[in-house]
Amino acid sequence: MHQMHGTGETGAVQPAIELRGIDKRFGAVHANKEIDLKVDKGTIHGIVGENGAGKSTLMSILYGFYQADAGTIHVDGKLCDIKGSEDAIAAGIGMVHQHFMLVETFSVLENVILGVEGGAVLRDGVDRAREELHRLEREYSLDIDPDAIVGDLSVGLQQRVEILKALFRGAEILILDEPTGVLTPQEADHLFRILETLKEQGKTVVLITHKLREIMAATDNVSVMRQGAMVAHRKTADTSPEELSELMVGRKVLLRLEKEQAQPKDTVLKVENLCVENAQGVRKVKNASFDIRAGEIVGIAGVSGNGQSELLEALGGIRAASEGVVELNGQDVTPGKGVDAAELRRRGVAHVPEDRHRMAMVTAFSAKEAAILGYEDDPAYQKGVFLDWHAISDATAKMMSEFDVRPDNPDLKAANFSGGNQQKLVLAREIMRDPELLLVGQPTRGVDIGAIEFIHKRIVAMRDAGKAVLLVSVELDEIMSLADRILVMCDGAIIGEVAASDANERVLGLMMAGVDPSEAKAVEGQS
Amino acid sequence: MENFELVILLLDATLRTSTPLILAALAGMFSERSGTINLALEGMMLGGAFSAAAVAFYMDDPWIGLLAAIATTIGLSLLHGFACITHKGNQVVSGMAINILMSGLTALVGIALFAQGGKTPALDKAARFQPITLPGAEAVKDVPIIGPIYFELLSGHNILVYIAFLAVPAAWWVMYRTRFGLRLRAVGENPGAVDTAGIGVVAMRYRAVICSGVLVGMSGAYLSTAQGASFLQDMTAGKGYIALAAMVFGKWRPFPALAACLLFGFLDAAATRLQGVVLPVIGEVPVQLVQALPYVLTVILLAGFIGRAIPPKALGRPYVKER
Repeated sequence: MHQMHGTGETGAVQPAIELRGIDKRFGAVHANKEIDLKVDKGTIHGIVGENGAGKSTLMSILYGFYQADAGTIHVDGKLCDIKGSEDAIAAGIGMVHQHFMLVETFSVLENVILGVEGGAVLRDGVDRAREELHRLEREYSLDIDPDAIVGDLSVGLQQRVEILKALFRGAEILILDEPTGVLTPQEADHLFRILETLKEQGKTVVLITHKLREIMAATDNVSVMRQGAMVAHRKTADTSPEELSELMVGRKVLLRLEKEQAQPKDTVLKVENLCVENAQGVRKVKNASFDIRAGEIVGIAGVSGNGQSELLEALGGIRAASEGVVELNGQDVTPGKGVDAAELRRRGVAHVPEDRHRMAMVTAFSAKEAAILGYEDDPAYQKGVFLDWHAISDATAKMMSEFDVRPDNPDLKAANFSGGNQQKLVLAREIMRDPELLLVGQPTRGVDIGAIEFIHKRIVAMRDAGKAVLLVSVELDEIMSLADRILVMCDGAIIGEVAASDANERVLGLMMAGVDPSEAKAVEGQS
Repeated sequence: MENFELVILLLDATLRTSTPLILAALAGMFSERSGTINLALEGMMLGGAFSAAAVAFYMDDPWIGLLAAIATTIGLSLLHGFACITHKGNQVVSGMAINILMSGLTALVGIALFAQGGKTPALDKAARFQPITLPGAEAVKDVPIIGPIYFELLSGHNILVYIAFLAVPAAWWVMYRTRFGLRLRAVGENPGAVDTAGIGVVAMRYRAVICSGVLVGMSGAYLSTAQGASFLQDMTAGKGYIALAAMVFGKWRPFPALAACLLFGFLDAAATRLQGVVLPVIGEVPVQLVQALPYVLTVILLAGFIGRAIPPKALGRPYVKER
């Protein structure tokens, strides 16, 4: 089970993985086109590409989740026929999935041994597994309590369980699919240190990500995918984020958003001691107080699940406040007391929810139906008691041209647009109502780089038109490049505010982990 | 002393009435812990009861009847699995369809075979499971306290009663101490984790519903060839649902489910005992009230008195690979 070979010699002759001519179609979608890839043993190899570029499909083929239509996989120079996960495991390939494949009600140990229990009765294998786990923990400094229940662990630790699972199965090659999406910057740094240790022990790591910064910081080599094809291989030391992004998108991209200094005017939104509870009665937002002025973007940073979603939902009128007051241009609009989402929309609050598919649109609708959601009672869309489909089609076509939604067909089903185009349609719907206040959650989640640039520009244009914008995002880069002021949420409380001009990732990261702002700055000062 | 005897008799009846519930609740647990909702317990129990009685009648042997019952319920489980696991159908609809099917089919086949209005002919002694006298029961019969407890309460039941009570620790051991149990629980919580660990999700879920079939088959056979002496139309009378409720009370765990089954069995036994009994203050207890108690209790308890019952996370969701 645990074959040990190839301990970290540099310049190994045999690549750990070699893919030749991998081709895969899902119906009409050509997800992987004739992919060739060589990953050297004992290196960290990055694979970058936009969403839908085919990175995950390629790795799923390597891990036996899908079968390629054509092409061959060689592991350690040997041809491997990988028909299922069990074949991949046997070939020494381990995978850390983007959505963890863990049983939350099980202990760490139970999760690790699942599938390799070592006997029909658990007792026989458990003691050996415990010892092996201790050895792995020491070797790779992956401290974890084997008897902890996985559901109680932080995401960072859960990820560690996934890594241990792969190592326990004797993985020599570890694939990580977007591993930092759910981590704080500090946790991400820790992860990269672990990967470095793995590399030193002779393991091979494949890192899939869309974050160029991580590629630059952590990898030895990088391969770029675009629209299902492998477009370039580079040594990380010989490339730059600019070159990589250009390769990913196929044209020059502005990585750093250029914007003028904000000109904030009167206060538009005033939030005082707002508390919000979730459906289980757990307080998710605790005494949040802040205000947003016209002509500024206020960003809310935080690790996913720290109350940002509930705060945004409350301000959008979807969730009632249990305590506190919200004022819009001096008028009380505290959500819950007769103020709902429709009322807020009438008063000029536009809301782009975080979860596009669940809350922002009905994917089974046509684009024109999706484009009037929430505004369907607008007289402009009415003809008597019926909807005026001509007017709606015209309005949708206008949104589509204004926001560069492709294909610009108002009758196409919303589900058939790419994530970026769906998001542009939602933003068009909300922004073109010319609201006083724009609430945006995760505006670029699942959106490709080209569309991200466009969406960011439109949000800044809103600000420059003198509107107030509240931005909630788990992407620190996005918050830092868009927001004028940054509030950090941790465990439901706003634990501090940082001006965008003196924000940096380390301070924000520490604050996101719950460190007091003054302390965070002190820590930062020491290092 | 009279009260003591009454209690012993009541508990004795409780053991007998809770037996089919225990077997069916464990059956439900195996299925649901693997992620497949099993509303079909009621119909499977009915099918098992019919097969057991019919085959026991022809073969004059309750054991062959029991095997026939188990074969029937495994067949029905595979049908349920085919709809829910292979074809990813709606698990509630499939379960209800089996219930309706078996309610009609048992009566139809019963009329066709025996022409007794859907009943099977009464079984004679040899074709039924007979009470077993435990060793030494006769000897301690007259010892006060211990005598009645051992002789009346524990001894003198048929083999299926003992099997049912032994099945509880056995199910616990399988569920929590074996590789099979670990994988079964995992597949009901996160089938993706099982799939990526190189274990077949579909095969695992089929094995679980087969276990479920074996247990519920015994429960059906108990009704018609051990507790009763023939199959009667719709003789399960909601016991499958009650067992399912007991399993939910028990939070999908064997021992708490046993406790819930005993509670329901006790209420059932008490309902029979209390017929026509005049109690102080209340007067004569309307038997319908006591009979309704398990159902009323179900609603009240499920409404949150026992704390939140957290079902297996993937319960009711067919496994589809992402994208």
